[in-house]
Amino acid sequence: MIRTNLQLDQNGRLRHFLTIEGLKRQMLIDILDTAESLAGVVDQQVKKVPLLRGKTVVNLFFEASTRTRTTFELAAKRLSADVINLNIAASAAKKGETLLDTLHNLEAMHCDMFVVRHEESGAAHFIARHVAPHISVINAGDGRHAHPTQAMLDMYTIRQVKGDFYPLKVAIVGDILHSRVARSQIHALTTLGVSEVRVIGPKTLLPKDVESLGVHVYHNLIKGLEGVDVVIMLRLQNERMEGAMLPSEHEYFQLYGLTESTLAAAKPDAIVMHPGPINRGVEIESSIADGPRSVILQQVTNGIAVRMAVMSMCMGSHASAGDGGAA
Amino acid sequence: MTDPMDINNTLTRLAAETAAYLEQRGTTDAVMIGIHSGGVWVAERLHALMNISEPLGHLDISFYRDDFSRIGMNPQVKPSQIPFNIDDRHIILVDDVLYTGRTIRAALNEIFDYGRPASITLVTLIDRGGRELPIEANVVGIKMALSDNKNVKLQGPEPLSLQISEKNS
Repeated sequence: MIRTNLQLDQNGRLRHFLTIEGLKRQMLIDILDTAESLAGVVDQQVKKVPLLRGKTVVNLFFEASTRTRTTFELAAKRLSADVINLNIAASAAKKGETLLDTLHNLEAMHCDMFVVRHEESGAAHFIARHVAPHISVINAGDGRHAHPTQAMLDMYTIRQVKGDFYPLKVAIVGDILHSRVARSQIHALTTLGVSEVRVIGPKTLLPKDVESLGVHVYHNLIKGLEGVDVVIMLRLQNERMEGAMLPSEHEYFQLYGLTESTLAAAKPDAIVMHPGPINRGVEIESSIADGPRSVILQQVTNGIAVRMAVMSMCMGSHASAGDGGAA
Repeated sequence: MTDPMDINNTLTRLAAETAAYLEQRGTTDAVMIGIHSGGVWVAERLHALMNISEPLGHLDISFYRDDFSRIGMNPQVKPSQIPFNIDDRHIILVDDVLYTGRTIRAALNEIFDYGRPASITLVTLIDRGGRELPIEANVVGIKMALSDNKNVKLQGPEPLSLQISEKNS
Protein backbone atom coordinates (compact mmCIF):
# COMPACT_ATOMS: atom_id res chain seq x y z
CA MET A 1 0.00 0.00 0.00
CA ILE A 2 1.29 3.39 -0.98
CA ARG A 3 1.46 5.94 1.82
CA THR A 4 -0.67 8.91 0.85
CA ASN A 5 0.10 11.32 3.68
CA LEU A 6 3.60 11.56 2.25
CA GLN A 7 2.26 14.41 0.14
CA LEU A 8 1.21 16.64 3.07
CA ASP A 9 3.54 18.52 5.41
CA GLN A 10 3.02 18.68 9.17
CA ASN A 11 0.72 21.69 8.74
CA GLY A 12 -1.50 19.77 6.31
CA ARG A 13 -0.29 21.74 3.32
CA LEU A 14 0.40 20.13 -0.04
CA ARG A 15 4.13 19.33 -0.25
CA HIS A 16 4.14 16.78 -3.06
CA PHE A 17 1.26 16.06 -5.42
CA LEU A 18 1.29 12.32 -6.05
CA THR A 19 -2.30 11.09 -5.95
CA ILE A 20 -5.83 12.30 -5.26
CA GLU A 21 -6.28 9.43 -2.80
CA GLY A 22 -6.22 10.61 0.81
CA LEU A 23 -6.71 14.31 0.01
CA LYS A 24 -9.67 16.06 1.61
CA ARG A 25 -12.42 17.78 -0.36
CA GLN A 26 -11.27 21.22 0.83
CA MET A 27 -7.77 20.60 -0.55
CA LEU A 28 -9.21 19.80 -3.97
CA ILE A 29 -11.39 22.93 -3.79
CA ASP A 30 -8.33 25.02 -2.83
CA ILE A 31 -6.50 23.68 -5.90
CA LEU A 32 -9.46 24.56 -8.15
CA ASP A 33 -9.86 28.04 -6.62
CA THR A 34 -6.15 28.81 -6.90
CA ALA A 35 -6.18 27.60 -10.50
CA GLU A 36 -9.12 29.89 -11.23
CA SER A 37 -7.15 32.89 -10.00
CA LEU A 38 -4.04 31.84 -11.91
CA ALA A 39 -6.05 31.38 -15.11
CA GLY A 40 -6.24 35.19 -15.28
CA VAL A 41 -2.49 35.48 -15.81
CA VAL A 42 -3.00 35.08 -19.58
CA ASP A 43 -5.05 38.31 -19.56
CA GLN A 44 -1.92 40.22 -18.61
CA GLN A 45 0.40 41.67 -21.24
CA VAL A 46 3.21 39.94 -19.38
CA LYS A 47 1.81 36.42 -19.01
CA LYS A 48 3.78 35.62 -15.87
CA VAL A 49 3.55 35.94 -12.10
CA PRO A 50 6.68 35.85 -9.96
CA LEU A 51 5.65 33.04 -7.55
CA LEU A 52 8.40 30.60 -8.58
CA ARG A 53 11.01 33.18 -9.55
CA GLY A 54 14.46 31.75 -8.97
CA LYS A 55 13.19 28.16 -8.69
CA THR A 56 14.27 25.40 -11.04
CA VAL A 57 11.72 22.84 -12.18
CA VAL A 58 12.83 19.60 -13.83
CA ASN A 59 10.42 17.76 -16.10
CA LEU A 60 11.62 14.20 -15.55
CA PHE A 61 9.91 12.12 -18.21
CA PHE A 62 10.73 8.42 -18.37
CA GLU A 63 7.83 7.89 -20.73
CA ALA A 64 6.86 9.85 -23.82
CA SER A 65 4.37 12.72 -23.51
CA THR A 66 3.72 15.85 -25.49
CA ARG A 67 0.66 17.55 -24.01
CA THR A 68 1.40 16.90 -20.36
CA ARG A 69 5.07 17.84 -20.61
CA THR A 70 4.32 20.98 -22.62
CA THR A 71 1.62 22.21 -20.28
CA PHE A 72 3.82 21.55 -17.23
CA GLU A 73 6.60 23.51 -18.93
CA LEU A 74 4.29 26.42 -19.76
CA ALA A 75 2.84 26.35 -16.24
CA ALA A 76 6.31 26.56 -14.69
CA LYS A 77 7.33 29.36 -17.05
CA ARG A 78 4.18 31.38 -16.30
CA LEU A 79 5.17 31.11 -12.64
CA SER A 80 8.60 32.53 -13.62
CA ALA A 81 10.49 29.30 -12.85
CA ASP A 82 13.39 28.02 -14.92
CA VAL A 83 12.60 24.71 -16.57
CA ILE A 84 14.70 21.79 -17.71
CA ASN A 85 13.16 18.98 -19.75
CA LEU A 86 14.81 15.60 -19.36
CA ASN A 87 13.78 12.75 -21.57
CA ILE A 88 15.31 10.00 -19.49
CA ALA A 89 14.15 7.21 -21.76
CA ALA A 90 16.66 8.55 -24.22
CA SER A 91 19.52 9.44 -21.91
CA ALA A 92 20.98 8.27 -18.61
CA ALA A 93 18.82 5.21 -18.08
CA LYS A 94 20.17 3.81 -21.31
CA LYS A 95 23.68 4.21 -20.00
CA GLY A 96 22.77 2.24 -16.89
CA GLU A 97 22.50 5.06 -14.34
CA THR A 98 20.01 4.21 -11.59
CA LEU A 99 17.00 6.38 -10.83
CA LEU A 100 18.46 7.47 -7.49
CA ASP A 101 21.76 8.45 -9.09
CA THR A 102 19.88 10.58 -11.61
CA LEU A 103 17.95 12.23 -8.76
CA HIS A 104 21.01 12.93 -6.68
CA ASN A 105 22.73 14.50 -9.66
CA LEU A 106 19.77 16.81 -10.21
CA GLU A 107 19.73 17.68 -6.51
CA ALA A 108 23.42 18.54 -6.78
CA MET A 109 22.45 21.02 -9.49
CA HIS A 110 20.14 22.79 -6.98
CA CYS A 111 16.83 21.90 -8.57
CA ASP A 112 13.65 22.59 -6.57
CA MET A 113 10.89 20.55 -8.13
CA PHE A 114 10.62 17.29 -10.05
CA VAL A 115 7.67 16.66 -12.35
CA VAL A 116 7.81 12.91 -12.90
CA ARG A 117 6.26 10.62 -15.46
CA HIS A 118 7.19 6.95 -15.28
CA GLU A 119 5.84 3.67 -16.62
CA GLU A 120 6.08 2.03 -13.18
CA SER A 121 3.19 2.49 -10.71
CA GLY A 122 4.51 4.11 -7.54
CA ALA A 123 7.54 5.75 -9.19
CA ALA A 124 6.61 9.27 -8.09
CA HIS A 125 6.07 8.10 -4.49
CA PHE A 126 9.45 6.37 -4.55
CA ILE A 127 11.11 9.57 -5.72
CA ALA A 128 9.24 11.70 -3.18
CA ARG A 129 10.51 9.43 -0.39
CA HIS A 130 14.12 9.83 -1.48
CA VAL A 131 14.47 13.50 -2.43
CA ALA A 132 16.07 16.19 -0.28
CA PRO A 133 13.62 18.01 2.03
CA HIS A 134 13.51 21.23 -0.02
CA ILE A 135 12.30 19.42 -3.14
CA SER A 136 8.67 18.88 -4.18
CA VAL A 137 7.62 16.06 -6.47
CA ILE A 138 4.61 16.19 -8.79
CA ASN A 139 3.26 13.03 -10.35
CA ALA A 140 2.66 13.50 -14.07
CA GLY A 141 1.50 9.91 -14.46
CA ASP A 142 2.86 6.66 -12.99
CA GLY A 143 2.05 3.32 -14.64
CA ARG A 144 -1.57 2.39 -14.12
CA HIS A 145 -1.69 4.13 -10.76
CA ALA A 146 -2.42 7.85 -10.88
CA HIS A 147 -2.39 11.01 -12.98
CA PRO A 148 -3.65 13.54 -10.43
CA THR A 149 -3.10 16.79 -12.36
CA GLN A 150 -5.08 15.37 -15.29
CA ALA A 151 -7.92 14.51 -12.90
CA MET A 152 -7.84 18.01 -11.39
CA LEU A 153 -7.92 19.74 -14.77
CA ASP A 154 -10.91 17.58 -15.60
CA MET A 155 -12.61 18.62 -12.34
CA TYR A 156 -11.79 22.26 -13.14
CA THR A 157 -13.39 21.90 -16.58
CA ILE A 158 -16.48 20.21 -15.13
CA ARG A 159 -16.89 22.98 -12.52
CA GLN A 160 -16.31 25.66 -15.17
CA VAL A 161 -19.17 24.34 -17.31
CA LYS A 162 -21.53 22.78 -14.75
CA GLY A 163 -20.92 24.85 -11.63
CA ASP A 164 -21.81 22.52 -8.80
CA PHE A 165 -20.52 18.93 -8.41
CA TYR A 166 -23.28 17.53 -6.18
CA PRO A 167 -26.10 16.97 -8.71
CA LEU A 168 -23.88 15.54 -11.45
CA LYS A 169 -23.88 12.07 -12.95
CA VAL A 170 -20.57 11.31 -14.63
CA ALA A 171 -19.74 8.38 -16.91
CA ILE A 172 -16.20 7.23 -17.67
CA VAL A 173 -16.09 5.09 -20.79
CA GLY A 174 -13.50 2.68 -22.09
CA ASP A 175 -10.27 1.11 -20.95
CA ILE A 176 -10.53 1.68 -17.19
CA LEU A 177 -8.16 -1.22 -16.44
CA HIS A 178 -5.06 0.40 -17.90
CA SER A 179 -6.04 3.98 -17.11
CA ARG A 180 -4.29 5.97 -14.38
CA VAL A 181 -6.43 8.89 -15.52
CA ALA A 182 -9.66 7.00 -14.73
CA ARG A 183 -8.40 5.96 -11.31
CA SER A 184 -7.54 9.55 -10.37
CA GLN A 185 -10.79 10.86 -11.83
CA ILE A 186 -12.84 8.38 -9.79
CA HIS A 187 -11.10 9.46 -6.56
CA ALA A 188 -11.55 13.14 -7.40
CA LEU A 189 -15.21 12.82 -8.40
CA THR A 190 -16.16 10.84 -5.29
CA THR A 191 -14.18 13.19 -3.01
CA LEU A 192 -15.89 16.22 -4.55
CA GLY A 193 -19.22 14.50 -3.99
CA VAL A 194 -20.86 14.07 -7.40
CA SER A 195 -24.16 12.25 -7.25
CA GLU A 196 -23.03 9.22 -9.29
CA VAL A 197 -19.93 7.91 -11.03
CA ARG A 198 -20.40 5.22 -13.68
CA VAL A 199 -17.76 3.23 -15.49
CA ILE A 200 -18.67 1.74 -18.84
CA GLY A 201 -16.61 -0.84 -20.73
CA PRO A 202 -16.12 -4.49 -21.61
CA LYS A 203 -15.37 -6.84 -18.69
CA THR A 204 -11.84 -7.37 -19.98
CA LEU A 205 -11.06 -3.65 -19.65
CA LEU A 206 -12.54 -3.10 -16.16
CA PRO A 207 -10.54 -3.88 -13.00
CA LYS A 208 -12.16 -6.67 -10.97
CA ASP A 209 -12.44 -4.59 -7.80
CA VAL A 210 -13.65 -1.40 -9.50
CA GLU A 211 -16.97 -1.33 -7.60
CA SER A 212 -15.08 -0.98 -4.33
CA LEU A 213 -14.18 2.55 -5.52
CA GLY A 214 -17.84 3.51 -5.23
CA VAL A 215 -18.77 3.44 -8.90
CA HIS A 216 -21.59 1.78 -10.83
CA VAL A 217 -20.54 -0.62 -13.56
CA TYR A 218 -22.17 -0.83 -16.99
CA HIS A 219 -21.21 -3.04 -19.91
CA ASN A 220 -23.74 -1.45 -22.27
CA LEU A 221 -22.83 2.03 -23.50
CA ILE A 222 -26.36 3.33 -24.13
CA LYS A 223 -27.64 2.16 -20.75
CA GLY A 224 -24.62 3.64 -19.02
CA LEU A 225 -24.97 7.01 -20.72
CA GLU A 226 -28.64 7.42 -19.88
CA GLY A 227 -29.19 10.73 -18.09
CA VAL A 228 -25.52 11.59 -17.48
CA ASP A 229 -24.24 15.19 -17.37
CA VAL A 230 -20.62 14.44 -18.21
CA VAL A 231 -19.16 11.81 -20.54
CA ILE A 232 -15.47 11.12 -20.14
CA MET A 233 -14.02 9.04 -22.95
CA LEU A 234 -10.72 7.25 -22.40
CA ARG A 235 -8.16 6.46 -25.02
CA LEU A 236 -7.88 2.84 -26.06
CA GLN A 237 -4.35 2.18 -24.86
CA ASN A 238 -3.00 -0.13 -27.52
CA GLU A 239 0.56 0.17 -26.26
CA ARG A 240 -0.49 -1.09 -22.83
CA MET A 241 -2.50 -3.99 -24.07
CA GLU A 242 -1.01 -7.38 -23.31
CA GLY A 243 -2.63 -10.21 -25.20
CA ALA A 244 -5.92 -10.00 -27.03
CA MET A 245 -8.35 -8.23 -24.71
CA LEU A 246 -10.41 -6.97 -27.60
CA PRO A 247 -11.58 -8.60 -30.81
CA SER A 248 -10.72 -5.56 -32.95
CA GLU A 249 -10.73 -1.78 -32.92
CA HIS A 250 -13.62 -1.88 -35.33
CA GLU A 251 -15.75 -4.00 -33.06
CA TYR A 252 -14.79 -1.84 -30.09
CA PHE A 253 -16.07 1.23 -31.90
CA GLN A 254 -19.33 -0.59 -32.68
CA LEU A 255 -19.89 -1.34 -29.00
CA TYR A 256 -18.25 1.52 -27.11
CA GLY A 257 -17.51 4.27 -29.62
CA LEU A 258 -19.13 7.63 -28.86
CA THR A 259 -21.26 8.71 -31.82
CA GLU A 260 -24.15 11.12 -32.34
CA SER A 261 -26.58 8.28 -31.75
CA THR A 262 -24.98 6.85 -28.57
CA LEU A 263 -24.45 10.34 -27.10
CA ALA A 264 -28.19 10.94 -27.52
CA ALA A 265 -28.72 8.77 -24.44
CA ALA A 266 -26.98 11.37 -22.24
CA LYS A 267 -28.65 14.60 -21.10
CA PRO A 268 -29.11 17.16 -23.91
CA ASP A 269 -26.61 19.49 -22.23
CA ALA A 270 -24.07 16.76 -21.44
CA ILE A 271 -20.44 17.63 -22.13
CA VAL A 272 -17.88 15.30 -23.69
CA MET A 273 -14.36 15.07 -22.31
CA HIS A 274 -11.22 13.18 -23.32
CA PRO A 275 -7.74 13.35 -21.77
CA GLY A 276 -6.12 13.02 -25.22
CA PRO A 277 -4.59 12.00 -27.44
CA ILE A 278 -7.79 10.91 -29.13
CA ASN A 279 -8.07 7.94 -31.50
CA ARG A 280 -10.59 9.26 -33.99
CA GLY A 281 -12.96 6.53 -35.09
CA VAL A 282 -11.79 4.13 -32.37
CA GLU A 283 -13.33 5.47 -29.15
CA ILE A 284 -14.91 8.67 -30.45
CA GLU A 285 -16.39 9.89 -33.70
CA SER A 286 -14.67 12.97 -35.16
CA SER A 287 -17.91 14.95 -35.33
CA ILE A 288 -18.30 14.52 -31.55
CA ALA A 289 -14.68 15.31 -30.73
CA ASP A 290 -14.90 18.53 -32.76
CA GLY A 291 -18.56 19.23 -31.97
CA PRO A 292 -20.24 21.83 -29.75
CA ARG A 293 -20.52 19.53 -26.72
CA SER A 294 -16.83 18.67 -26.72
CA VAL A 295 -14.70 20.48 -24.13
CA ILE A 296 -11.52 18.63 -25.09
CA LEU A 297 -9.52 21.73 -26.00
CA GLN A 298 -10.84 23.59 -22.96
CA GLN A 299 -9.35 20.74 -20.91
CA VAL A 300 -5.94 21.41 -22.48
CA THR A 301 -6.13 25.14 -21.70
CA ASN A 302 -7.24 24.45 -18.13
CA GLY A 303 -4.34 22.06 -17.65
CA ILE A 304 -1.94 24.98 -17.51
CA ALA A 305 -3.75 26.88 -14.73
CA VAL A 306 -4.29 23.71 -12.68
CA ARG A 307 -0.61 22.76 -12.96
CA MET A 308 0.37 26.32 -11.99
CA ALA A 309 -1.82 25.99 -8.90
CA VAL A 310 -0.38 22.67 -7.81
CA MET A 311 3.20 23.78 -8.42
CA SER A 312 2.83 27.03 -6.48
CA MET A 313 0.98 25.36 -3.60
CA CYS A 314 3.72 22.71 -3.28
CA MET A 315 6.50 25.31 -3.43
CA GLY A 316 4.62 27.47 -0.93
CA SER A 317 4.69 24.61 1.59
CA HIS A 318 8.45 25.11 1.92
CA ALA A 319 7.78 28.57 3.36
CA SER A 320 9.94 29.20 6.39
CA ALA A 321 7.35 30.69 8.75
CA GLY A 322 4.39 28.66 10.01
CA ASP A 323 1.03 30.14 9.07
CA GLY A 324 0.15 33.27 7.17
CA GLY A 325 -1.58 36.33 8.48
CA ALA A 326 0.93 39.10 7.80
CA ALA A 327 -0.71 42.11 6.18
CA MET B 1 -13.91 51.44 16.76
CA THR B 2 -15.00 54.35 14.63
CA ASP B 3 -18.66 54.80 13.99
CA PRO B 4 -19.95 54.30 10.42
CA MET B 5 -21.05 57.92 10.12
CA ASP B 6 -17.44 59.06 10.53
CA ILE B 7 -16.23 56.67 7.83
CA ASN B 8 -18.89 57.93 5.43
CA ASN B 9 -17.86 61.53 6.09
CA THR B 10 -14.22 60.59 5.60
CA LEU B 11 -15.03 58.83 2.32
CA THR B 12 -16.94 61.88 1.04
CA ARG B 13 -14.00 64.10 1.91
CA LEU B 14 -11.52 61.60 0.39
CA ALA B 15 -13.49 61.55 -2.88
CA ALA B 16 -13.52 65.35 -3.02
CA GLU B 17 -9.83 65.63 -2.21
CA THR B 18 -8.94 62.98 -4.80
CA ALA B 19 -10.96 64.84 -7.44
CA ALA B 20 -9.26 68.11 -6.46
CA TYR B 21 -5.82 66.47 -6.59
CA LEU B 22 -6.46 65.10 -10.09
CA GLU B 23 -7.84 68.42 -11.28
CA GLN B 24 -4.83 70.27 -9.97
CA ARG B 25 -2.60 67.83 -11.89
CA GLY B 26 -4.71 68.29 -15.00
CA THR B 27 -5.65 64.60 -15.06
CA THR B 28 -8.90 63.72 -16.77
CA ASP B 29 -10.53 60.38 -17.56
CA ALA B 30 -8.92 58.51 -14.69
CA VAL B 31 -9.80 54.86 -14.05
CA MET B 32 -9.85 53.24 -10.61
CA ILE B 33 -8.40 50.00 -9.21
CA GLY B 34 -9.01 48.76 -5.65
CA ILE B 35 -6.73 46.32 -3.83
CA HIS B 36 -8.51 43.25 -2.46
CA SER B 37 -10.27 43.19 -0.05
CA GLY B 38 -10.51 46.40 2.04
CA GLY B 39 -9.17 48.56 -0.78
CA VAL B 40 -11.98 47.32 -3.03
CA TRP B 41 -14.58 48.32 -0.42
CA VAL B 42 -13.14 51.84 -0.21
CA ALA B 43 -12.77 52.02 -4.00
CA GLU B 44 -16.41 51.02 -4.54
CA ARG B 45 -17.51 54.05 -2.46
CA LEU B 46 -15.07 56.44 -4.13
CA HIS B 47 -15.91 55.11 -7.58
CA ALA B 48 -19.59 55.95 -7.01
CA LEU B 49 -18.92 59.31 -5.31
CA MET B 50 -16.59 60.42 -8.12
CA ASN B 51 -18.94 59.25 -10.92
CA ILE B 52 -16.24 57.32 -12.74
CA SER B 53 -17.84 55.83 -15.82
CA GLU B 54 -15.47 52.91 -16.50
CA PRO B 55 -15.99 49.88 -14.27
CA LEU B 56 -13.84 49.42 -11.17
CA GLY B 57 -10.76 47.19 -11.43
CA HIS B 58 -9.96 44.62 -8.71
CA LEU B 59 -6.43 43.61 -7.81
CA ASP B 60 -5.51 40.62 -5.63
CA ILE B 61 -1.78 40.97 -5.13
CA SER B 62 -1.24 37.50 -3.61
CA PHE B 63 0.85 36.28 -6.55
CA TYR B 64 3.13 39.32 -6.26
CA ARG B 65 3.75 39.36 -2.50
CA ASP B 66 7.34 39.42 -1.34
CA ASP B 67 6.69 36.93 1.46
CA PHE B 68 5.59 33.89 -0.62
CA SER B 69 8.80 32.10 0.32
CA ARG B 70 8.03 32.81 4.00
CA ILE B 71 4.29 32.18 4.31
CA GLY B 72 3.39 30.22 1.18
CA MET B 73 0.25 30.33 -0.89
CA ASN B 74 -2.84 32.20 0.24
CA PRO B 75 -5.67 29.73 -0.46
CA GLN B 76 -8.27 32.55 -0.50
CA VAL B 77 -6.69 34.34 -3.43
CA LYS B 78 -9.22 35.96 -5.77
CA PRO B 79 -8.70 36.58 -9.47
CA SER B 80 -7.56 40.08 -10.41
CA GLN B 81 -9.96 41.77 -12.79
CA ILE B 82 -8.87 44.78 -14.80
CA PRO B 83 -11.80 45.41 -17.15
CA PHE B 84 -9.99 48.05 -19.23
CA ASN B 85 -6.74 48.41 -21.13
CA ILE B 86 -4.39 50.28 -18.82
CA ASP B 87 -1.89 51.43 -21.45
CA ASP B 88 -1.58 55.24 -21.29
CA ARG B 89 -4.38 55.51 -18.70
CA HIS B 90 -4.32 57.53 -15.49
CA ILE B 91 -4.96 55.08 -12.67
CA ILE B 92 -6.28 55.83 -9.18
CA LEU B 93 -5.01 52.99 -7.00
CA VAL B 94 -7.02 52.59 -3.79
CA ASP B 95 -6.18 50.69 -0.60
CA ASP B 96 -7.67 50.74 2.88
CA VAL B 97 -4.58 50.94 5.08
CA LEU B 98 -1.08 52.10 4.11
CA TYR B 99 1.50 50.59 6.46
CA THR B 100 4.84 49.08 5.36
CA GLY B 101 4.30 49.90 1.68
CA ARG B 102 4.91 46.28 0.62
CA THR B 103 1.36 45.74 -0.62
CA ILE B 104 1.65 48.82 -2.84
CA ARG B 105 5.02 47.61 -4.17
CA ALA B 106 3.35 44.31 -5.14
CA ALA B 107 0.35 46.12 -6.66
CA LEU B 108 2.60 48.36 -8.78
CA ASN B 109 4.45 45.32 -10.09
CA GLU B 110 1.21 43.56 -10.96
CA ILE B 111 -0.23 46.65 -12.68
CA PHE B 112 2.87 46.92 -14.87
CA ASP B 113 2.37 43.31 -15.99
CA TYR B 114 -0.96 44.49 -17.42
CA GLY B 115 0.58 47.37 -19.36
CA ARG B 116 2.15 50.82 -19.09
CA PRO B 117 -0.13 53.36 -17.44
CA ALA B 118 0.28 57.11 -17.97
CA SER B 119 0.29 57.68 -14.20
CA ILE B 120 -0.72 56.11 -10.91
CA THR B 121 -2.20 58.10 -8.03
CA LEU B 122 -2.28 56.35 -4.65
CA VAL B 123 -5.29 56.99 -2.41
CA THR B 124 -5.67 55.35 1.01
CA LEU B 125 -8.32 55.63 3.68
CA ILE B 126 -5.78 55.27 6.50
CA ASP B 127 -2.08 56.07 6.70
CA ARG B 128 -0.85 54.49 9.92
CA GLY B 129 2.88 55.18 9.41
CA GLY B 130 5.54 52.49 9.74
CA ARG B 131 6.83 52.50 6.17
CA GLU B 132 9.55 50.03 5.19
CA LEU B 133 9.73 51.15 1.56
CA PRO B 134 9.92 54.62 -0.05
CA ILE B 135 6.21 54.75 -0.90
CA GLU B 136 3.74 57.52 0.03
CA ALA B 137 0.08 58.09 -0.79
CA ASN B 138 -1.01 61.14 -2.80
CA VAL B 139 -4.31 61.48 -0.96
CA VAL B 140 -4.99 60.20 2.58
CA GLY B 141 -8.29 60.05 4.48
CA ILE B 142 -7.05 59.68 8.07
CA LYS B 143 -3.49 59.86 9.35
CA MET B 144 -2.80 58.02 12.57
CA ALA B 145 0.54 57.21 14.19
CA LEU B 146 0.10 53.65 15.43
CA SER B 147 2.85 51.75 17.20
CA ASP B 148 4.04 48.50 15.63
CA ASN B 149 2.22 46.34 18.19
CA LYS B 150 -1.16 47.69 17.07
CA ASN B 151 -3.28 46.58 14.14
CA VAL B 152 -5.84 48.68 12.31
CA LYS B 153 -8.32 46.84 10.15
CA LEU B 154 -11.22 47.95 8.00
CA GLN B 155 -14.31 45.82 8.62
CA GLY B 156 -16.84 45.57 5.83
CA PRO B 157 -18.20 45.52 3.28
CA GLU B 158 -21.40 46.92 4.83
CA PRO B 159 -21.21 48.98 6.96
CA LEU B 160 -17.55 49.98 6.95
CA SER B 161 -15.93 50.44 10.34
CA LEU B 162 -12.41 50.60 11.71
CA GLN B 163 -11.09 48.21 14.32
CA ILE B 164 -7.89 48.87 16.21
CA SER B 165 -6.47 45.96 18.19
CA GLU B 166 -3.29 44.56 19.74
CA LYS B 167 -1.24 42.37 17.42
CA ASN B 168 -1.28 38.83 18.72
CA SER B 169 2.14 37.76 17.49
